[in-house]
Amino acid sequence: MSSPSENPAPKSAGLSAFGAILRREFAGYFRTPLAYVFLAVFNAFAVSLAFFVGNMYEAGVASLDRFFLYHPWLWAFLAPAAGARLWAEERRQGTIELLLTWPVTVWQAALGKFLAAWLFLACALLMTLPVAFTVGWLGDPDWGVILAGYAGSLLCAGACLGVAAVASALTRSQVIAFVTGFLACFILVLVGYGVFDELFAGMLPSGMVDEIRRLGLWRNLEPFTLGLFDLRPAVYFVTVAFSGLGLSTIIIERR
Amino acid sequence: MALIEAKNLSKSYGAIRAVNNVSFSVDRGEVIGFLGPNGAGKSTTMKLLTGHLRAESGCAIVAGFDVSDQPVEAKRHLGYSPEGAPAYGEMTVREFLRFAADLRGLADPAERVRATLELCRLNEVAAQTIETLSKGYRMRVGFAQAVIHDPAVLILDEPTDGLDPNQKFEVRRILKDMAARKAVIVSTHILEEVGELCTRVIVIAQGEIRCDESRERFLQRGEDLNQVFRQLTA
Repeated sequence: MSSPSENPAPKSAGLSAFGAILRREFAGYFRTPLAYVFLAVFNAFAVSLAFFVGNMYEAGVASLDRFFLYHPWLWAFLAPAAGARLWAEERRQGTIELLLTWPVTVWQAALGKFLAAWLFLACALLMTLPVAFTVGWLGDPDWGVILAGYAGSLLCAGACLGVAAVASALTRSQVIAFVTGFLACFILVLVGYGVFDELFAGMLPSGMVDEIRRLGLWRNLEPFTLGLFDLRPAVYFVTVAFSGLGLSTIIIERR
Repeated sequence: MALIEAKNLSKSYGAIRAVNNVSFSVDRGEVIGFLGPNGAGKSTTMKLLTGHLRAESGCAIVAGFDVSDQPVEAKRHLGYSPEGAPAYGEMTVREFLRFAADLRGLADPAERVRATLELCRLNEVAAQTIETLSKGYRMRVGFAQAVIHDPAVLILDEPTDGLDPNQKFEVRRILKDMAARKAVIVSTHILEEVGELCTRVIVIAQGEIRCDESRERFLQRGEDLNQVFRQLTA
């Protein structure tokens, strides 16, 4: 064996580190039964909420808007469940000391982890495609709108995951990471339904109260499910996702 | 050229000065026995050298790269096994080493994994998940990930902690085989290891270096190394 001092690693080493982390993290979800439990729970709730709570079938409309209606609730619960392990597990096992003394920058590691988790959530979402096909079989839906709905839901998942990443970076306990991540996402859901309007009304001008409502998850997902093209909700989701990613990176860097 | 340089390193946790103005350098071929009582600042010094912690003042240079200015370059030449040899417990030994090799972007990672399994005598547990391994094997896995890229600088925090005598012998044997080409720092509580493994001894207590000398001079300090240790760290 020769010393690596004389044989420096290839220039693309940064990319290989990112790729290795992405692959490891994604495969990591399937190393434990948790992934399958997660996928099953997500599907069961996604379908039953739409049909039994949303009365999707009785409505007799060939569209998925009643299906997507519940997705902010689902992601608020399940994105923190999937994201809790991102950093908390590294801290608990002590492997964070290993990872961060390997030749990888914190943001490469954070991005690799984040995208792996997002990809996993995308798998959960893709497994609901039979719902769309059923609608297609029963009626004549607008496939463009359905595609937009799926895209919106995926972006919404990313936003919740951004929140979850911050929660996970703050603690070594996955349980605490999950609970705080869930609470933060839950608030983002409730804000959109105006639950806090009365609270804010006493403190803020009424225009501001309306603006705060716009920060709700459903407010931003709804345009997608109706097939309305609007850049603002997409920007909102991406902003939340990447702010969370950035903040979690800073937290880990300052550990 | 010194492969490891610590220049006036200092680090506090709150009001406690864990490492206070520590300086030393390590050349190729040297194996430093890093001694000191628990809480003396051994692990903290190692964390500063490996870039896991940021020094408040002073700097750490590994293979010519400043750890805080060019961390990725420095870490490429560094093998580090933290205290307790943490590893991803849910992965098998082979998967874990493959991950380490891929992350480091090594050419021919499969061959490096094979050679490292061989070197660290991990073949028989290669397909087992790390969490199912005994402590001896787990320590060896920690060691294996630290040497998979044949680094110029090797920093091991208590690599023989909790091992039985045979396992300790094994780790020392592997270390000795590769030591001539590397700069190595090994922290330990076991004073006997000094004589068997190290070329130089650094004793640290209360965050300060109490003694930094060749193995021969250290061993001349007295018959009873425990006595010597107590006097130096008092």
